[in-house]
Amino acid sequence: MDAAFDSAISIAFHGLAFAMVLYLVSVGLSITMGLMGFVNLAHGAFAAIGGYIAITLMNQAQVPFPLALLITALAVGALGMVLERTLYSRLYGGTELNQVLFTIGLIFIATAVFRRIWGPLSLPLKPPGYLQGEVDLLFRSFPAYRSFLIAAGALMVTLLWLGLERTRFGAKVRAAVDNRRMAQSVGIDTSRLFTLTFALGSALAALGGAVGADILALDPDYALEHLVYFLIVVAVGGLGSIKGPFIAALALGTADIGFKYLLPQFGAFFIYAMTLAVLLWRPHGLFGRAR
Amino acid sequence: MSEAALETHGLCKSFGALTVASDIDFRLEAGARHALIGPNGAGKTTFVNLVTGALSPSRGRVWLAGEDVTALPQARRVKRGLARTFQINTLFRGLSVLENVALAIGERRGVAGELFRPAGRRSGVVEEAYAALERLGIAEDASRLVRELPYGRQRLVEIAVALGLEPKVLLLDEPAAGVPGTESGIIVETIEGLPAEIAVLIIEHDMDLVFRIARRITVLAQGSVLVEGSPEEIARDPRVREVYLGEREPA
Amino acid sequence: MTTVAEASRSAGASAIEALSRRHRLRLSEALPWVIALACFFAFPGYLALGTHILISILFALSLDLILGYGGIVTLGQAAFFGAGAYTAGILAVHGWTEPLTGLLAAGAVAALLGVVTGLILLRTEGLTLLMLTLVVAEMIREGANKADRWTGGADGLQGISIAPILGLFRFDLYRRTSYFYALAVLFLAWLAVRAIVHSPFGRSLTGIRESITRMHAIGSPVLRRLVTAYAIAAALSGIAGALLAQTEQFVSLEVLSFARSGAVVIMLILGGAGRLYGAFVGVPLYMLAQDQLAEQFPIYWSTGLGLLLIAVALGARGGVLDVWDAALGWLRRSHR
Repeated sequence: MDAAFDSAISIAFHGLAFAMVLYLVSVGLSITMGLMGFVNLAHGAFAAIGGYIAITLMNQAQVPFPLALLITALAVGALGMVLERTLYSRLYGGTELNQVLFTIGLIFIATAVFRRIWGPLSLPLKPPGYLQGEVDLLFRSFPAYRSFLIAAGALMVTLLWLGLERTRFGAKVRAAVDNRRMAQSVGIDTSRLFTLTFALGSALAALGGAVGADILALDPDYALEHLVYFLIVVAVGGLGSIKGPFIAALALGTADIGFKYLLPQFGAFFIYAMTLAVLLWRPHGLFGRAR
Repeated sequence: MSEAALETHGLCKSFGALTVASDIDFRLEAGARHALIGPNGAGKTTFVNLVTGALSPSRGRVWLAGEDVTALPQARRVKRGLARTFQINTLFRGLSVLENVALAIGERRGVAGELFRPAGRRSGVVEEAYAALERLGIAEDASRLVRELPYGRQRLVEIAVALGLEPKVLLLDEPAAGVPGTESGIIVETIEGLPAEIAVLIIEHDMDLVFRIARRITVLAQGSVLVEGSPEEIARDPRVREVYLGEREPA
Repeated sequence: MTTVAEASRSAGASAIEALSRRHRLRLSEALPWVIALACFFAFPGYLALGTHILISILFALSLDLILGYGGIVTLGQAAFFGAGAYTAGILAVHGWTEPLTGLLAAGAVAALLGVVTGLILLRTEGLTLLMLTLVVAEMIREGANKADRWTGGADGLQGISIAPILGLFRFDLYRRTSYFYALAVLFLAWLAVRAIVHSPFGRSLTGIRESITRMHAIGSPVLRRLVTAYAIAAALSGIAGALLAQTEQFVSLEVLSFARSGAVVIMLILGGAGRLYGAFVGVPLYMLAQDQLAEQFPIYWSTGLGLLLIAVALGARGGVLDVWDAALGWLRRSHR
């Protein structure tokens, strides 16, 4: 009985950690897709870039963990900004097919670049000393780094929610997500908004890819391998929402880990079936809105 | 009381706390020339969407020639004689003008779902489409792709497509919108030349157009009917002026 | 000297002519078949690749109907390809080795799957629809993986033997029979798709692609048309899969993979979607390039493909056929 309870706690814990990583990477996608209506399948590549840069900084240049994360976020945010201005913005009014093609093309290029620079094997993350080992929480000890991940995820959703609800920038984003044309007619500079939001979304993905490399291993095929999961989190959560993907990530993360422990045969099928059911019931996701 | 071509009773629509249409009673007689006016955001296009079935009402009923169509989807209402044009051109931009109208005629004739006979050999559809273009004076653009045409001409194609459905009720949503002044004269003439049997409802901001064409006007404000009457009555009504305060006053 | 009225009447007549005669066969349409026959004699050692190319052309052609003409972006067409492959394979393993009826059975199963999934999915649009095509295909792949008693699971379905076609043409080691088998099936499918595309149904599919809103507003039963097209495309995809099973005499889970769904979309787009011949151009180009380059220079292949896709998305929306048209147009203009 005790062992079953212990297993349940383990599943919940690791599921939660996995969920936080999924959330960190996917929330940026939810915001940009909700705002720009752009099907960005290459979002995972930004997460991968973040992971590769952060780990390289830490391993090769001995940059301390927090600083590496900061540099990564800024660098990938800047990259996102450049890509958005030069390439993505040309496809905003375009067909979904073109957006799919474009972003798949980006994934191919990113994958090739990763393989060329860092080789085909996965790059492991070595957490800083103070996040290694175990930490005592409540009645048992948990891996320290995963605990950090959970805390980071919870902090992020709070910060994002506050940012969206309480700042002027957030208000503009919400207005533009709700009704782009009306937002423009009240004087919101939507193209600047798009650029900044895309940069933010990419930076968030990069952070997620970096801190999450412990769970979602960094290898050249990262973007394509985890694409379906990122899309599920966003589609089920609802485009343009902050808390929707959080809930969806929780469900997906715990279900995935739970099934791996208990019923490894059926995990993927169950998750896909649930996604199908939810999307048929709520085509715009749990917290999305019809546009 | 004779059967109206189009009638609504108590039509309401809310999105959560936001009410965009409240308790709209409306009647359109056969052969009518009726205009729906009102300030921006009054709910005019919403009303059209409710009538055509693009939007389903929170409450209320819609009748077409005496038949309750409230539960029918858009396409089925079209089969019963209801056609509309859109405020912004909604055409098959990558296809030719001729084909745009031919598609509508094909649907009307019930031959649009045929799988194995070549569309070209379907006797009459293409010819009828061309004749429709001739009647509107845009036959010379027949082979051109819609997206190559100036906006004003596209507006005429929009009307041609709706007419291809041989509607009994025609809803024109701001037919002159976006059309430069030099081209809008043709739109007005086209509307004036519409067959007398069709019941026509026009949504418009252009008051010259409204007063030239309409024999009856309904004024909508904040989602409900403010007043309805003849053009002279509307022009004199102080409430109408008030609701348009800040906008161009009716002539 | 014609009068204005006469001139406009003849302009009208020619406009009507143009639309009415669009379906007429042109000489250039014999080209793919001539080339296919020529390849048989010119490259007798490459008929296995040739057969695979023909099968993929059929697959891409079926996708063109729903994606190129109907405008439905799907990343799960492999579900139907794989359903057909496994149907034909399982039938053969259990003693039903007659190939032609095996093809028809595969097509029927895939069509049924298409109707069922189409009725459910085609009510949605945009990202939701895209996701659902992906999710459904992945579910089917998982299902096939689990049902390994029938499908052989991860090891694949083996022990497929196919009887001679019409009792006369045995499947030989050099793939001569396979090649002609695939070519004949592709030809028949091409006739069917060509007829559909030029029919009123096909034109209404184009309308749905151009503006769904307008289609509703002219009274078109949009869902019914889409599901019909989806089922036909599924049937043809299933037949392509069955061809693969029968000619390779082996079926692996790969036939249901996201990689296959993605690859067929890419091949079609590179050739030019919505033009009937995009499959005939894009598939050979892609598969030949892949055959030569992908193994030796994987990084360059990946990068090159990525750049090509980006270029198509940003510029040459209609793929190679579009570029070809533009080049022809430029040539004509510069010769005036």
